[in-house]
This record gives sequence, C-alpha cells and structure tokens, in this order.
Amino acid sequence: MSRYVLPLIAVIALIFFLVIGLQRGDPRALPSPYIGKPAPQFELPTLNDPALMIASKDLEGDFALINVWATWCVGCRSEHPFLMKLARDNSIPIYGINWRDTRPEALRWIEQLGDPYVASGFDETGRVGIDWGVYGAPETFLLNADGIVVHKHLGPLGREAWERDFEPLINAGGATQ
Amino acid sequence: MRRLLTLTVALFSMAPVAAIDTGQAFDDPVLQARYEKLISEVRCLKCQNQSIKDSNVFLASDLRREIRRLITEGKTDAEIGDFLVTRYGEFALYRPRTTGKTLILWIAPFLLVLFGGFAMFRVVRHRMSMPIDDDTAITAKEGSSE
Repeated sequence: MSRYVLPLIAVIALIFFLVIGLQRGDPRALPSPYIGKPAPQFELPTLNDPALMIASKDLEGDFALINVWATWCVGCRSEHPFLMKLARDNSIPIYGINWRDTRPEALRWIEQLGDPYVASGFDETGRVGIDWGVYGAPETFLLNADGIVVHKHLGPLGREAWERDFEPLINAGGATQ
Repeated sequence: MRRLLTLTVALFSMAPVAAIDTGQAFDDPVLQARYEKLISEVRCLKCQNQSIKDSNVFLASDLRREIRRLITEGKTDAEIGDFLVTRYGEFALYRPRTTGKTLILWIAPFLLVLFGGFAMFRVVRHRMSMPIDDDTAITAKEGSSE
C-alpha cells in the first residue's frame, strides 16, 4: 500500500499546480517592471497641435492616468465611454498616448467619440510606447503625485477594475498627503 | 505533376520570407551577426512564443528598430538586454540572465535530473535484489492453471 503514497502525493501536487496555473487568468498579462518606480520620461508633440509638446513634468503634482490608445485598437473603443465618464466626473486627469496611429484618424476618433484627455501625446513611431513597456493597447497606468507608477491595467478599463484597483490606491495616496 | 509540386514547394517556402524584414541591417558582418543573434533571443511580447526575429507584428519591428539603433550607438549586448528588461521585465529575454530571481530556472533542470537519476537508481537496485526465479514462477503458475 505504501508504494502508492509517493505517486499519489506527486499527482496531487501536479493537480494543485495545474489549478493554480488555470486560475491565473490571462497568461498574456505581464506585470509591469515599472510598478513602484518613477514613470519613464517622455516628450511628445500633442495630438491636437503638433507644435505643442507634452512631457512627463506636466503630469506631476497629482494622481494621473496615462492611457495608451489607438484607433486600430478594438478594446480602446469599448473603454472609451468609461474614460469619458471619468473625465466628466473630474475623477482624475487623464493623459493619452496615441500609439502607432495616424493623426487624421486619431483626430476623427476624438471628434466623433469625445475627448476625455487633458492632452494626448502623438507617438507615431512607437518609441515612447516601448519606453513605457507597452505591448498591446489599451493599457492604463496610474501615476501618483510624485510621478511614481502605482498601478498598470491591461485591456479595456471599466468601472469594476476602477473601483477594485484604482480607487483604493488613490484614496490611500490622498490621505497621506 | 512534378511542376505542380515544385510550384507548391516554392510558394510555401516564400511565405515566411515575405513576411519579415530580414534584409541586411548592417554592412559589417560582425554587427549583422550580433543583431541576428539578439533579435532571435528577444520574445515578441504581443505574440508570445515567437521571437521578434520571427514576427512581423509592428511591436516586433519597432523592437528590431530600437535594437538596430542601440547597436549603432555602440551599446553592448548586456546593455541592450538591460534596455529590454527595464521596459518589459525579465520575460522579454528568451535566455534569462543569471540573477537571484531567475536562478531557479537555471538550477531546476539539473535538480530534476539528479532527483530522477536517484529515483531510478533506487528502483533498479531494488529490482536487482529481487530473486531471478520469476520465469519459473510464471511457467509454474501457467502450468497449474491449465
């Protein structure tokens, strides 16, 4: 009888790991190495006016969202109404990085669907996207007042994720200041 | 028939070539070799389980462009590795670097082989110590059942 004990333990351990693996959710979701670290520096021409620049220092002093979006990105369209709601409620300043897009299409998007962004940087070559470790739009970063990345959300942002992941961090940060 | 076969083979062999900008990136063959080795060891984050050498997603071509730029700027392979790890994490490299966090990846195979070898050794030794009269026992059994 005892000769079955070891294989049984091995099988149970294997099942345990498989279940954990299955419950991990999206296997494509990678943790950002920037969490807890200063957000990467950037400077981009704005989408609306190529002569105007937007840079990291413009975001400092308050919690801010950096939303990476593009007109070719289906998830961006589905999260857009929620971003509009955040902007209407003045919940938090939202900055966009328009990633690997064309200016006319991006401007048409803003015109048709509304503009939730304080400003959007126009990252035509994807250079800034790489600096931020972006690998699939939409991605949303939460920065605190010191410009530290405190959270990164992959995929469309909605109310559930906002209340679960973002609000506690913002409330905790607001209390300590 | 033979012509059709040739055509089919030719068509299918073209597909992967046409997909990716594998053209000469550097005139210097040494740099070119470094470049090709580097891009074959960087994971395409968008299309996981492909290297950025094998993918034509724009993120892969952006990363190839960045690596070309870094090589041109005279960066070493280690510095280029750091560039990627800072942005995308250790996962971006197919050949994880030996750090505290990735040590388990390097040691685990050896530990498993050692463990397996030990288990096999135990089993074999146990079997060898068993009596060798199995054959006679079986024939005796078969004989009795008939």
